[in-house]
Order: sequence, then structure tokens, then C-alpha cells
Amino acid sequence: MTDIVTVEKLVKRYKGGFEALKGVDLAIREGEILALLGPNGAGKTTLISAICGITMPSSGSVRVGGKDVVKEYRDTRSMIGLVPQEVNLELFETVWNQVRFSRGLFDKAPDDAFLEEMLKGLSLWDKKDSKTIELSGGMKRRVLIAKALSHNPRILFLDEPTAGVDVELRRGMWETVAELKRQGVTIILTTHYIEEAEAIADRIGIISAGKILLVEEKDSLMARLSQKELRIELAEPLDRVPEALADTGLTLAEDGRRLVYSYDTAGGGGTGITALLSRLKEGGVRMTDISTHQSSLEEIFVDLVEHDGADRQETAQ
Amino acid sequence: MNFLAVGVIYRREMARFFRTFLQSLLAPVISTSLYFVVFGAAIGSRIEEVEGVSYGAFIVPGLIMLSVMGQATSNASFGIYFPKFSGTIYEFLSAPVSFLEVVLGFVGGAATKAFIIGLIILATSFLFVDLTIAHPLAMLAFLVLTCVSFSLMGFIIGIWAENFEQLSLIPLLIITPLVFLGGAFYSASMLPPLWQTITHFNPVFYLISGFRWAFFEQADVPVAVSLAAIAAFTAICLAFIWWIFRTGWKIRA
Ligand SMILES: Nc1ncnc2c1ncn2[C@@H]1O[C@H](COP(=O)(O)OP(=O)(O)OP(=O)(O)O)[C@@H](O)[C@H]1O
Ligand SMILES: [Mg+2]
Repeated sequence: MTDIVTVEKLVKRYKGGFEALKGVDLAIREGEILALLGPNGAGKTTLISAICGITMPSSGSVRVGGKDVVKEYRDTRSMIGLVPQEVNLELFETVWNQVRFSRGLFDKAPDDAFLEEMLKGLSLWDKKDSKTIELSGGMKRRVLIAKALSHNPRILFLDEPTAGVDVELRRGMWETVAELKRQGVTIILTTHYIEEAEAIADRIGIISAGKILLVEEKDSLMARLSQKELRIELAEPLDRVPEALADTGLTLAEDGRRLVYSYDTAGGGGTGITALLSRLKEGGVRMTDISTHQSSLEEIFVDLVEHDGADRQETAQ
Repeated sequence: MNFLAVGVIYRREMARFFRTFLQSLLAPVISTSLYFVVFGAAIGSRIEEVEGVSYGAFIVPGLIMLSVMGQATSNASFGIYFPKFSGTIYEFLSAPVSFLEVVLGFVGGAATKAFIIGLIILATSFLFVDLTIAHPLAMLAFLVLTCVSFSLMGFIIGIWAENFEQLSLIPLLIITPLVFLGGAFYSASMLPPLWQTITHFNPVFYLISGFRWAFFEQADVPVAVSLAAIAAFTAICLAFIWWIFRTGWKIRA
């Protein structure tokens, strides 16, 4: 697959000196769905804004379809549809007027048949003569998507498209996104919902404090998530794992008050839990509680962020 | 050049105008009529003639200028300020349009509106006074130039403004006094010498003088000077807009 967007050493320094992007490198593949995850203020919107032309990069380069977003902005922007994070719409314009306006703004000749098809696909056709103020929040979000799609973009950016959207509508949006992917559109979306990234993305990127920490195939990331832990709380603390249980892979934690057993649920084979529990009984280990624990994307994420912080401290010394 | 974009911006601005056509029309007609009643009838009955023209007719060019300058400025400044305020400006920034095309759409719309209002005021004047226009083409040319240059200035104000107060401040604080002191309702030759000199520093004075020449063939300054003044004003606005375009001032953070 070829890269349709390449971001290199992108730095964005806002007025006042704050660096929202600290040298971002990112390659987006043609036809993929990339989910960008990151906490509030990570720089997701700033990154999208720099690619789409809303803010000027302070340094570094962004190329879309092989063209530079600053020098060849007409070519790059024609390829991109943007659904912004905030619901910014003309309050007193009808849906129909707004999508026709967007299409013209992107230098595409009027094509009412196409717009009709698109609005029907987004279940907005019966609202085409309604003004923005007469629409519900979820409908407004779909109008934003309709505007972005009005000029047949090759690349679609969705900045938190499902924030404040109910479960049913969210699934509807995922279907829309999947359909667009089938049509060959490259999709980049930001989200706070891990299930969302899991449900639709091909790759997942994690961004924090202006840096991309990782971009990985969803499947391999999810494999890491299938790691589970069995936690066994002990009645009396141990100073080491008993000799008889040494081959089980158990480790001690919490000052010897807990035994931890790691296993994988993805493999399909047995997890070894039954055998382990009977051996614990044979070994006379007295337990007060047992629980299982699954590492979440958040934990992987926190892990990455902490490592990142530690690295920086090391280099600083 | 993305002409489709210019077209949709222009049409949207005009659609907004025609949606509220009656309001847009009523306000200038009523205020003009009031000026005729107050200035034309009350003062005109004492002054009678200025340089061979009845006072009622004499104030027509100034009245048109007063409305047109105000309308052009506020239409253009609101036109571009509103997307900034509501956030819809993101679409202009992410679309394949240059700043020039955005300016053409917004300024074109604002100037057209101001031009229509100017013509309506002119038509209203015919109801109150006897009026013949010596150079109709020159009159229209001055009107168009004024509409365009003040719309350009309004556009700059709209980009600069950070709240609604600032938006209405400039027209109130600068344009209205300049028009009133620029000889809208009197000839500069009626003033004491010191005030005559001061008046010559007022750019609006040259516009009104030239515009009045197109009506009555007499003016405070030669018409060529008026033309040069309005050309210079337009050039300054264009240069400023070019600079905004180069630097992304107030638009691309
Ligand atoms: N116009 C601006 N001027 C100054 N700082 C800004 C501006 N826009 C954003 N920032 C700062 O840049 C950082 C990144 O903001 P950004 O909006 O990109 O975050 P985000 O990842 O999209 O967050 P969220 O998930 O909340 O949408 C934040 O610290 C924010 O305060
Ligand atoms: Mg954001």
C-alpha cells in the first residue's frame, strides 16, 4: 500500500510559545482506517488542522497525495474532507443549501443527483429543507459529515465524530465509515472510545503531549490486550514462590501478599487455570480472594506515556 | 482560480440580503426621508441655495454617501466576522480557495448590497426634491468605487475584530464623523479658513466632493483629485488585504 499522507518532523508552536506538536512523524496508507487515540490536549485536533490547512505548521512538512500542503494547497485540500470536532454550522441555512455551498467551495460543479444520494445515505434526505437550528445534535453531526462528503474527498478526517452520540447512531456512523472505506476513501478518525477504534480501525495510533507514541496494526495491539492476569490474594505473605510451584510461572507481588499468574485468552488452547488451582490446593497455599484482570488499552497507553516520560528524564540527565 | 467558490460565497451573501429585503430597504428609506424633513425642510428653508443648487438637492450626494459607506462597511465586516464567530470559518480555511477568492465573494456581496441601497436612496430623493444628474455615468462610477473600497475596509475590520463591540465601533467612531465633517450637508467654502484646512485632511471630503460634481458639475476640489483620493484609499485597503493574505494575520493561528 502506498502512503497518501506523510507527516515529517511536524512542529506546531502556538502564539505564546506553547508547542502542541513536538516533531510528529506519521504515514497514513491509502485506503486504510486509522484511529488516533489520545487524552485531551494531546494534539489530535492540531495535527488534523495542520494537515487540512487550518493552521500553519511552524516547521516540518506535510504531504498529501505527494503534494505539499502549504505550497500546493489547492491540490491537497481538494482531496480532503474534514468533519471538525465542534459542531460549527450556519444556524439559519437549510441542510440542502449548506451541502451545495460546500460543494461549490471545493470547486466542484453542482451535482444535485449526487448530493441527493449522499443525503439519503446519511438519512438526512427528509431533513434537507430544515434549518440547522431545527435539527437534533446527532443530525447536526451528520450534516457536518454530509458537508465533508459533498465534494467526493479521497481522504476523510473525522475529529471525534461520535462524541455525544447515542449507541445506535454510533453504530450507524461506523457503518457509514465502513461503506466509505469500501469505496476507497482513506479515513482518519480521532476518538476517546477504545471500542470505537477496535470496531472500525485497521491501525491505531496513540498520541500524547504532542508526540506520536505508537502506530500499530489493530490486530497486534489487540493481541497484547488479550493478556490476562489471575490474581491470588494470600492469607499469609510469602517471601518467595514455593519450590513446588516454581514451574507454573507464578510471580509474587504486593510484598508477598499476592500471587500473579499471566495467561493468554487469544490462543484458543487451555489457559492452565484449572491445573494451577488444584496444584495450589495441593501445595497448601491458603487464599483469601481470587480475581482476574485484563490490561486495557488505557494501561498500555499509560505505560507508554510513563516510559516516554522516563526516557526524557534520562536524556535530560 | 476557483470561480465556483466565489459564486457560492457571493450568492449566499446576496441571499441573506434578499431574505431580509424589506428590512434592508426600509431602514435607509426611512432615515433618508427623516434627513430630508429635518435638514431639507427645516434648515433648507433658511439656507435656500448653495452654489446655485437648492439645499434639498445639494445634500442628496452626501446623504447617499453617508448610507452607502456605512452599509458597505458593516455588511462586509459582519459578513466575514460571522463565520469567525460561529466557527464556520474552518470550511473556508480547509477549502481549495485562496484569500483572493474569499475576498471577492464577500466584498462583492457587500458592495452589491451597498450599491442597491445607494440607488434606492437616490430614488427616494426624487420624491422630495427636483434633481438632475449632470454626469450619470461618473455618478455611477463614484458610487461603485465607494461601495467597493468601503467594503474592502469593512472586510479588514471584520477580520481584525474580536467581538461585536469592536465591529460596530469603527463605523460609529470613524465613518459617521468623517462623513458629517466631510461636507455631507454643507460646502467646505461655507466654513472658516481653519476648518477648511482641516477638512482637506479628511479622505471622505474628496469622495463627497467628487460625487457631488457628478450631480451638479461643481465641487470643492477638482474631480481628478477626488478620483486620485478614492484610488489611493482603495489601493491602501488592497495592500492591507494582501498583507493579511501573506501573513495569515488573525486567521490561521
Ligand atoms: N489556538 C490555540 N492557541 C494556543 N494553544 C492552543 C490552541 N489550540 C490548541 N491549543 C493547545 O494545544 C494543545 C493541543 O490541543 P488539541 O486541540 O490539538 O488537543 P486534542 O488532542 O484535540 O484534545 P481533545 O481530545 O480535547 O480534543 C492543547 O494544550 C491546547 O491547549
Ligand atoms: Mg480535539
